[in-house]
Amino acid sequence: MEFQEQYEAIWREERARVLATLIHLLGSFELAEEAVQEAFATALTNWPMSGVPQNPRAWLVSTGRNKAIDGLRRRVVEQRRADEASRGGGWVAAGEAVAPEQHARLEAEEETVADDRLRLIFTCCHPALAEEAQVALTLRTLGGLTTDAIARAYLKPLATVAQRLVRAQAKIRDAKIPYEVPRREQLTERLDAVLLVLYLIFNEGYGASPSEPERQKLCAEAIRLARLLLELLPAESEVHGLLALMLLQDARRGARFTAEGDLVLLEQQDREAWDAAAIEEGSRLAAEALRAGVGVYGLQAAIAAVHDHARQAGETDWTQIVGLYDVLLRLQPSPVVELNYAVAVAMERGAAAGLALIEALRGLDDYVPYWAAKGQMLLWSGQVDAAGVAYSRAQELALAAGDSAQERFFRQRLAQSVSSRPPAG
Amino acid sequence: MQYLLLIYDNERERMAMSQEELLPMYRGYFTLRNDLEAAGKYVGGNPLEATETATTVRVRNGKRTVTDGPFAETKEQLGGYFLVEAKDLDDAIDIAARIPGATFGSIEVRPIRPLAKLPD
Repeated sequence: MEFQEQYEAIWREERARVLATLIHLLGSFELAEEAVQEAFATALTNWPMSGVPQNPRAWLVSTGRNKAIDGLRRRVVEQRRADEASRGGGWVAAGEAVAPEQHARLEAEEETVADDRLRLIFTCCHPALAEEAQVALTLRTLGGLTTDAIARAYLKPLATVAQRLVRAQAKIRDAKIPYEVPRREQLTERLDAVLLVLYLIFNEGYGASPSEPERQKLCAEAIRLARLLLELLPAESEVHGLLALMLLQDARRGARFTAEGDLVLLEQQDREAWDAAAIEEGSRLAAEALRAGVGVYGLQAAIAAVHDHARQAGETDWTQIVGLYDVLLRLQPSPVVELNYAVAVAMERGAAAGLALIEALRGLDDYVPYWAAKGQMLLWSGQVDAAGVAYSRAQELALAAGDSAQERFFRQRLAQSVSSRPPAG
Repeated sequence: MQYLLLIYDNERERMAMSQEELLPMYRGYFTLRNDLEAAGKYVGGNPLEATETATTVRVRNGKRTVTDGPFAETKEQLGGYFLVEAKDLDDAIDIAARIPGATFGSIEVRPIRPLAKLPD
């Protein structure tokens, strides 16, 4: 293997783990990020001559740690005059003098073999941080994305994302958000927050059109992070469920858009273009998830699996899907789940049954899929005018959200619903 | 590390509560304070008189203005506080979740910023 390739592989595999350990050792996100950068920079200059060390991770941790200690010593000398603020231990600011006990910790701590990435995940996804900060911090520290790449993926100004990250790291330090895996009684609740962050990242990528490749890459990143989480928490059924759900949805990637970038509905997708390996792995994980316990991600994964296993849209087992949505509704009642349930009922029992359920729904007036589903069912029940109203509402909402692929899709639907009008007289 | 736990609730609703509703709440505060003291986490805490008793003071260009209020215009008002010693934010959140006011109002958890000593 070429050195460059080998180096990049080590960067991909070890960076997050080295960073997580250095945050633990140094008690600071900022110091640890600097130290990781310096360690990899040193590796890049040293390794071509000395050869790649036996245990690159240990080498990177100790190099990063030594660099940080050197830097801290310099800063301590510079700041000796200033009377040091008693911060109560724990997190320290990058430019701040370091308390003596922290020096002791750095000197005494052996090369830790424990994997600190789980602490890192829980700290990044702490509910005391704003959701978008959790997302950015997770992508940056665990995903290794640069601030610039995150800004491009989320179509946000670089300064906004950078400020968000700085503020989140400052809150971790100043409010002393612990660098710990939550206690057992808090674990389920806190894990929900982690799963949500990963699913939000996935959905951001899933909602992207082919003209936004940077955003689309978030799907692969979310899957990678879910795999990591599963490796760290192999006993948690919902982690299986989330990874399964992502794989089963992402399996349809190649069939979701036309060459022109238009959305293709699930029932019209070319099922040959679906990723069979991803479907196989996703289905296996979904089955494992549900065997271990019924959860919202496991159920959604099971629903996706039923879709993915139908060789044609007409062969979809809607009875099973209705049953799964029924359980999901009891576990997590929400108007969105009710809408999906109504669509499945319409497919199983006919448009009238679905329409009755949809018309009883409240609170979805600004939700594009609601108007899309309503339009479809009205069309099936021959209420062409009402269907036209629903589709034009969906089109308006997609336009307002700046989603051009969806907007075009509903414009076409609207045109079709008008042309399907029965001739007058 | 110290955290100030600010207890916000709807003061009018609380004042309209009956004795039977208030009694368990007072007991909850009493128990919490005892537990915190026993654990060495209690630094201070008090309920506040109603916002009707509040006075606002400003000094601009050396001139003092004193006004009545602020009144209960917002949905929730500051009704009391605890000052606690906690291990970290999670520890402080656990304490905040035990404050009886958290069940109908909300608790704002604010870390106390340590002051550097001023030069003599």
